[in-house]
Amino acid sequence: MMQIKRTIKYEADRVRGFSDEIMSVSGCEQLKSCIQCGTCSGTCPLSIYMDFSPRQVMALVRADFKNEVLSSKTVWLCASCYACTVECPRQIRITDIMYALKQRAIKEGIYPKRFPIPILAKEFSEMVRRKGRITETLLVMRLFLKANWRAVLSSWRLGLGLIRTGRFVVRAERIERQAELQKMLAAAGNNNVRPTEAA
Amino acid sequence: MKYSYFPGCSLKGLGRAYEESLLPVMKHLGVELQELEDWNCCGATAYMSVDEAKAGVLAARNLAIAEQNGGHDLLTPCSACYLVLNKTKHNIADFPDIRDRIHCALRSANLTYTGSTRVRHPLDILVHDVGLDVIKEKVVRPLKGLKVAPYYGCQVVRPYSTFDDAWNPTTMDRLLATLGAEVVHYPLKTKCCGGSLTGTLPEAGLRMSYILLKEAVRRGADVIATICPLCQFNMDAYHDQIDRRWGPTRIATVYFTQLMGLAFGFSEKELGLQRNFIPMKPRPVPPVAA
Amino acid sequence: MKTNGKNGDVRIGFYVCHCGSNIAAMVDCPAVAEYVRKLAGVVVSRDYKYMCSDPGQELIQQDIKEHQLNRVVVASCSPLLHEHTFRNACAAGGLNPFYFQMVNIREHDSWVHSDRAEATAKAKALAHAAIRRVRFHRALEPTRVNIHPDTLIIGGGIAGIHAALLLANAGKKVTLVEREPSIGGHMAQLDKTFPTLDCSACILTPKMSAIRSHPNITLWTYSEVAKVDGYVGNYTVTVKRKPRFIDEELCVGCQECIKACVFKEPKFADEFNVGLGKRKPIYIPFPQAVPQVVVIDPDRCIQVKTGKCKQTCVEACADRHAIDFTQQEELLEIKVGNIIVATGYKLFDATRIPQYGYGRYPNVFTSLELERLVNSSGPTTGEILLRNGQHPRSVGFILCVGSRDMKTNRWCSRTCCMHSMKLAQLIREHTDADVTIFYMDIRAPGKGCEEFYDKSLKDGIQFVRGRVAEVTDWALSPEEEGKLVIRVEDTLAGFVRRIPVDMIVLATGMEPQADAQEVRRLLNMSCSSEGWFLERHPKLAPVATFTDGIFIAGCCQGPKDIPDSIAQAGAAAAEALSLIDKGYIEQEPNTAYIEEADCSGCKSCIPLCPYTAISFDESKQKAVIHAALCKGCGTCVASCPSGSIKQNLFEDEEIFSEIEGVLT
Repeated sequence: MMQIKRTIKYEADRVRGFSDEIMSVSGCEQLKSCIQCGTCSGTCPLSIYMDFSPRQVMALVRADFKNEVLSSKTVWLCASCYACTVECPRQIRITDIMYALKQRAIKEGIYPKRFPIPILAKEFSEMVRRKGRITETLLVMRLFLKANWRAVLSSWRLGLGLIRTGRFVVRAERIERQAELQKMLAAAGNNNVRPTEAA
Repeated sequence: MKYSYFPGCSLKGLGRAYEESLLPVMKHLGVELQELEDWNCCGATAYMSVDEAKAGVLAARNLAIAEQNGGHDLLTPCSACYLVLNKTKHNIADFPDIRDRIHCALRSANLTYTGSTRVRHPLDILVHDVGLDVIKEKVVRPLKGLKVAPYYGCQVVRPYSTFDDAWNPTTMDRLLATLGAEVVHYPLKTKCCGGSLTGTLPEAGLRMSYILLKEAVRRGADVIATICPLCQFNMDAYHDQIDRRWGPTRIATVYFTQLMGLAFGFSEKELGLQRNFIPMKPRPVPPVAA
Repeated sequence: MKTNGKNGDVRIGFYVCHCGSNIAAMVDCPAVAEYVRKLAGVVVSRDYKYMCSDPGQELIQQDIKEHQLNRVVVASCSPLLHEHTFRNACAAGGLNPFYFQMVNIREHDSWVHSDRAEATAKAKALAHAAIRRVRFHRALEPTRVNIHPDTLIIGGGIAGIHAALLLANAGKKVTLVEREPSIGGHMAQLDKTFPTLDCSACILTPKMSAIRSHPNITLWTYSEVAKVDGYVGNYTVTVKRKPRFIDEELCVGCQECIKACVFKEPKFADEFNVGLGKRKPIYIPFPQAVPQVVVIDPDRCIQVKTGKCKQTCVEACADRHAIDFTQQEELLEIKVGNIIVATGYKLFDATRIPQYGYGRYPNVFTSLELERLVNSSGPTTGEILLRNGQHPRSVGFILCVGSRDMKTNRWCSRTCCMHSMKLAQLIREHTDADVTIFYMDIRAPGKGCEEFYDKSLKDGIQFVRGRVAEVTDWALSPEEEGKLVIRVEDTLAGFVRRIPVDMIVLATGMEPQADAQEVRRLLNMSCSSEGWFLERHPKLAPVATFTDGIFIAGCCQGPKDIPDSIAQAGAAAAEALSLIDKGYIEQEPNTAYIEEADCSGCKSCIPLCPYTAISFDESKQKAVIHAALCKGCGTCVASCPSGSIKQNLFEDEEIFSEIEGVLT
């Protein structure tokens, strides 16, 4: 039997104030000027894998379709190459908007389950908080354990290669004044949740 | 010429050959580098996905330490570090809310940052401060006949570069030509290598690295020169997986500093070239220069 | 006319206008009238629904007679709109119109405030200020300036040509100055014109010939305006005539000299064919050039450069003696009453967007280049060819190159959508190539243009909505080998596409001329922030400028197509004609004047005057203000160290009492 899907959107599907929230992030206000030309999607090397193209994400944000945007794969496919930001004829900082969306998706826990990219982001920040520096090989092992332990097995050849070339570091890098850094991060996080302006 | 040096985590780990080649080459040219005291991770792209404010604080701590330790320009070889440090510097200058938050966090650790530290890439320093003529003088083994594809990747040229064009950068092209190498036309020089997606989403990420390798081979390059540890890793370490998926495209990817070292007469071992998965093809020993 | 002493028996009439609900909705008009009624000197105070209406004006006239008013104040809209109306009403009532003062309580009050009580208080304060000030008004007479009947037109494109012919046909003398060796402008380079597809040359060249033969038109090509002095009605213009090394009177355009030139083959990039063709150092720009006279390129001609040429051209010219290597640059002075500026536009330099590969990939063309390729008198005699001489099997048009882009030019160039569709149709007519147009929005608002869009769709031209990200020669698949690949998001289909084509045409946008700022300063005009010459009012005075007697027409004012340029040229000619036929102009007497006894002769005011209206009388050692040039800006008044410069309608006591009134 033919599978069909209803795609109509109702006003109730919009989350009023979401576009204002995103556009109030420093550097993201230019989104108001978007003319949906598609330069971002045309430039993006990863748009070919996205469920919504960057251009569509801009449209969805502007129309307050918060749930659709935050649950899309698009933001997690952004590799931060900044090509869209540089090419946009309206000078919209699209990469920064993607970051603003990623942060909100993580905060609200809306992202594909076992999807490794947000897990990497969280593990990364956790390692920085605890050590001050990243030891890549240890980070990747943690990621594989959390996201997909089978991947460890399939990457044995890569691991061996790293050991052979002396690039496999097992002793964690760390900074001396870790307490200082943690204090600073705590100070920055104090008022982390910015009050959203009433629409 | 003296600079503060921000290695970043990669240059102590997967990208250690970058540091191993950068330091002797700089020393050879009379450039003094002082590693930034107790530097911390810049936050890279991953931290910015979690918390923008904290990511800014991570970068700002390094900028503040650099400013307080003599205020020299901060030499930053890793592309991600270069971008994040520069971005934070711009954000502090452009956005009062970010500035306030970062200053507040710095104060909690008795640090200050007035915005004076300049974040600079080794390419910028080599071409604009040291000068190609000085570099040319140091070349004892010209890379004659070596066809190199210059690959810049994303985050140095975009969006904060002040020293080269975002669309068609040429500093590395000119540097390589000075070393005697033949620079091949490489239209993908600023395309993305896949970044961390090679690990997290190989289907997409590895294909991007594969395209870069394939095009370099098609353009007749012997080797790809890169300026970023993540690009080098992606284009070097995943060859077995790339081969399995799309067929073999064996070409070595090395740091531009390694090519400089070779031209200056350093041995492969002194430059960390043995750390490559795909080794650079051995080159015939040229006749001793007159 | 009634006059009275400065502080004599002042009898003021005050009128506050409701402007329907524009003012009355936010300002309590009866309360304002009530307030003003009690002020010193006020004899009549009324509120009325529409003061600008006939009954409103009659009210003023009646009151002047009935109550012997000798001052009138109206609180209503902007003086820009109705000061003239109310001054005329005063004059009709027998009062010198400069005994009138206007208060703006609409733009300055009711439209910009949201608190009715406060807006009403502000209206009262502004009215009070005017009541205090008007007491000191004096009877003034507008200055009258005669208009010289000749007109200068700068720029010989279609706009300049059309304006010149209109004025000349009305019997007025015109001098048309063109920088290039021929008139015709960009229109002469076009093959066909949208949306009717009529031949550009066929409709333009009769007008060009008419310019040459018209007894009322002096045509100076290869010339530029160097200096403009004077004021409306009385401009003195210096024109620089560059040496073309040909006597225009003697040359008959036989072209024997060109054949005889020591350069046997054309060697140098030909400007008219935008570099796609070649010409010799001695040439005629294009077959229909006007004047049909050769020109010698001083940068290429061996004789001009070194003086050591065999001069085979002179030999060929023989008895005509039209070639004259001794020609020098000339400066000529003319007197005119009006100037029409029609200096046109410059095309965007496509190399500024390196993503599109212009200058890097040989088969990326600009739309003007394609225009020359399509044209039967062009370098390929109308064959559309790639650089290697082959016919393209597929062509892509990229729109908005250097338009609607904050990194280059923000504005829409208005003609490129239609222009590209026209070229696309011509390609379909001349070849069997597939044509795709990449666009952001199709803008076809002109008459017959939407129909033309429909025709393009029916002709099988593909339209892809998306701004092209990149043009590359990097092939990912066999069908892309050897082609130019366009990467674009097809925003309507919803995915990214790679489209290989043989030829790419960039629809480059319009920009102000490179020397627009110099021309602006020369003529004392203003420019918009983008650099286009600024019209006096975007709706009501689209071809006038802020300098009286100087008009603008065509693309120097902003991008436009041929019909719009012609319409503006007609409007500019009519504006000039109305001044010429009236014979004089009355100017607002708000000019500065010098109390000669107090002037110390320090000359500090002279360089400050933006209108060069102040000169120095050496015999008296005093500054002199030329009222016809003075615009009443007040710069000299404020800067005069001895306080000897005053300004009509802005005397010290008028301003100070106005301030007191506001503060009371």
